Amino acid sequence: MNRSVLDLWVGFFVALGIAALLFLALKVGNLSSAHLSETYVLQAKFDNIGGLKVRGPVKSAGVVVGRIADIRFDAATYEAIVTMNIDGRYRFPKDTFAAIYTSGLLGEQFVGFDVGGDEKMLNAGDTIHKTQSAVVLEKLISQFLFNKAAEGQDQK
Amino acid sequence: MSDDILVDIEDLHFNYDGRPVLQGINMKIPRGKVVAIMGGSGCGKTTLLRCIGGQLRPTGGRVRLERHQVCGMSHAELYALRRKMGMLFQFGALFTDISVFDNVAFPLREHTDMSEEMIRDLVLMKLEAVGLRGAHQLMPGELSGGMARRVALARAVALDPMLVMYDEPFTGLDPIALGVIGQLIRKLNDALGATSIMVTHDVQESLLIVDYIYFVSQGRIVAEGTPDQIRASTDPFVHQFVHAEVDGPVHFDYPARSLREEFLSGVAHG
Amino acid sequence: MADPAALLRKLGHAVTERVWRLGFAARFFVAIIIYSGASFRRLHLTLREVFFSGVLSLLIITVSGLFVGLVLGLQGYETLQRYGSTEALGVLVALSLTRELGPVVAALLFASRAGSSVTAEIGLMKATEQLKAMDMMAVNPIARVVAPRFWGGVISMPLLAALFSAMGVLGGWLIGVVFIGVDEGAFWSQMQAGVDFRFDVWNGVIKSFVFGVAVSLIAVFEGYDSVPTAEGVSRAITRTVVTSALAILALDFVLTSFMFRGA
Repeated sequence: MNRSVLDLWVGFFVALGIAALLFLALKVGNLSSAHLSETYVLQAKFDNIGGLKVRGPVKSAGVVVGRIADIRFDAATYEAIVTMNIDGRYRFPKDTFAAIYTSGLLGEQFVGFDVGGDEKMLNAGDTIHKTQSAVVLEKLISQFLFNKAAEGQDQK
Repeated sequence: MSDDILVDIEDLHFNYDGRPVLQGINMKIPRGKVVAIMGGSGCGKTTLLRCIGGQLRPTGGRVRLERHQVCGMSHAELYALRRKMGMLFQFGALFTDISVFDNVAFPLREHTDMSEEMIRDLVLMKLEAVGLRGAHQLMPGELSGGMARRVALARAVALDPMLVMYDEPFTGLDPIALGVIGQLIRKLNDALGATSIMVTHDVQESLLIVDYIYFVSQGRIVAEGTPDQIRASTDPFVHQFVHAEVDGPVHFDYPARSLREEFLSGVAHG
Repeated sequence: MADPAALLRKLGHAVTERVWRLGFAARFFVAIIIYSGASFRRLHLTLREVFFSGVLSLLIITVSGLFVGLVLGLQGYETLQRYGSTEALGVLVALSLTRELGPVVAALLFASRAGSSVTAEIGLMKATEQLKAMDMMAVNPIARVVAPRFWGGVISMPLLAALFSAMGVLGGWLIGVVFIGVDEGAFWSQMQAGVDFRFDVWNGVIKSFVFGVAVSLIAVFEGYDSVPTAEGVSRAITRTVVTSALAILALDFVLTSFMFRGA
């Protein structure tokens, strides 16, 4: 086999393989929308994070603005500390409200930012103080049943 | 004088799987001579050749090549020594994926810094010496057995070695090819000023071209001498071998019970 | 009625043989790494093997990938439409391929096509004394013959696995969007939302690299260790395919349990 023909085929093969990898990375995966830009860290404390997972999205107005980097337990205050990497392009006011929502009825959980009107912005490393924990289904059901029982009691 | 002796084998022992293959071989191979090692199949002669080339490590004894002790050498030292050796394998062992030219050029390209033009000239000269210069573009699969062996011979002498070893060079060749190989072995040895060791059981061809013969049987040297001495020998083993007698020290019958026991005892054995 | 002591002895012997062989294979692997210098200084040796292992496997890999994607699309649609979730077809096909089917099936096909061919080559060279001849010419056969084939396989495998997955996604798109009529926008957007580069695609690439090392090592080892007869070589080729398949599936389990642990 002629060496230059062989080199041509090998080059073609490697190019094809790399093209396939790029296709998988960009068109199939989410590399292009991944946060290749700089991020800064924000923290938030929750009483209950429910089913929130690391690498879950942080959304504001429904748009992904960051990713959850770490979830820890604070042994002093018995709260969950969620550390988030937020896209450097976006700044949020100091009175931003962080709540844990569920996408769809039974989908994955994410942190949603509801912004207030404060002029001062959160800086890197700041902690969001206004938080709302995840809705735990069992508590919801027991609350519903309790309310129903109370109603029945009242009617008697 | 030790300078005359190229290969000095002292009390060589080799065991394989507990079975003794070589049991005390002593040989002195002088420079510039063609020496044949003969014997029946399985007598240990190929093992002997492998010990000389360093492919096998003997269980006892020493092999000295020039000033070097072959047995205790490191890998790098052995490789350095092998550049001065050439070996012709039984069926040529040519590299089947490259052409005749590239086969002969292989040792030159691997071990020298020569330019492609120089290599081309040298390869064609070696092929000319074995009479196959016109076949240099062919692939090994297109060669006959005799031609393949000649190409392998050209490859073995590509670096002008001081020692050339032949493992059964005459096996499976027609009479013409046999004669050609025999003549080439002699001519190349004399032209290169090299020493040749030949392992073979082809008696007639060997007697025509070699300077000295060793007979090996069951791991020991049973006879040795020049071709004339061998032809005149009265040793029963040598006599049987040289004259191709059916029965003698090497028995015709495989060990078995007596005929009476086998056929008249009336008991069938599976 | 077989003697139980003899059976146990045979079993013990078989186990010790396997263990001894495994140790020998490990030392062989180290030897390949040590003598790999020539494979990269004389790159054309390795490139030649990338051609024979990789380029010549292109046909089987791309066609198989396409078919697997087509089947995934069909089966996926059949199941998803029962729950009204046919837009998830894209993400189903893509995740199945990038995480599992791409690396695993491509590796199995590679072992059958390229692995067996490498074993045959090296085994035949051993049977015709070419390796011994090379050794006698002071050229290390591990450096010259074995290592380039090993690295050729290692380089080819991830590329082939990526190609397999890409063709599979295209196959799924072909069946789902073009033939059945699933919404094209939903197909791609759900896929892009559901497939994480680092988590799914990159893990798949790591898997295919590990499989490449395993299959290439098995292929060259079985060839180098084969009995130098025609029957010995054919048995070595069978061993390559079988051992590679087992190794791929076992490694897949190990890697998957590390990578996709309770995410």
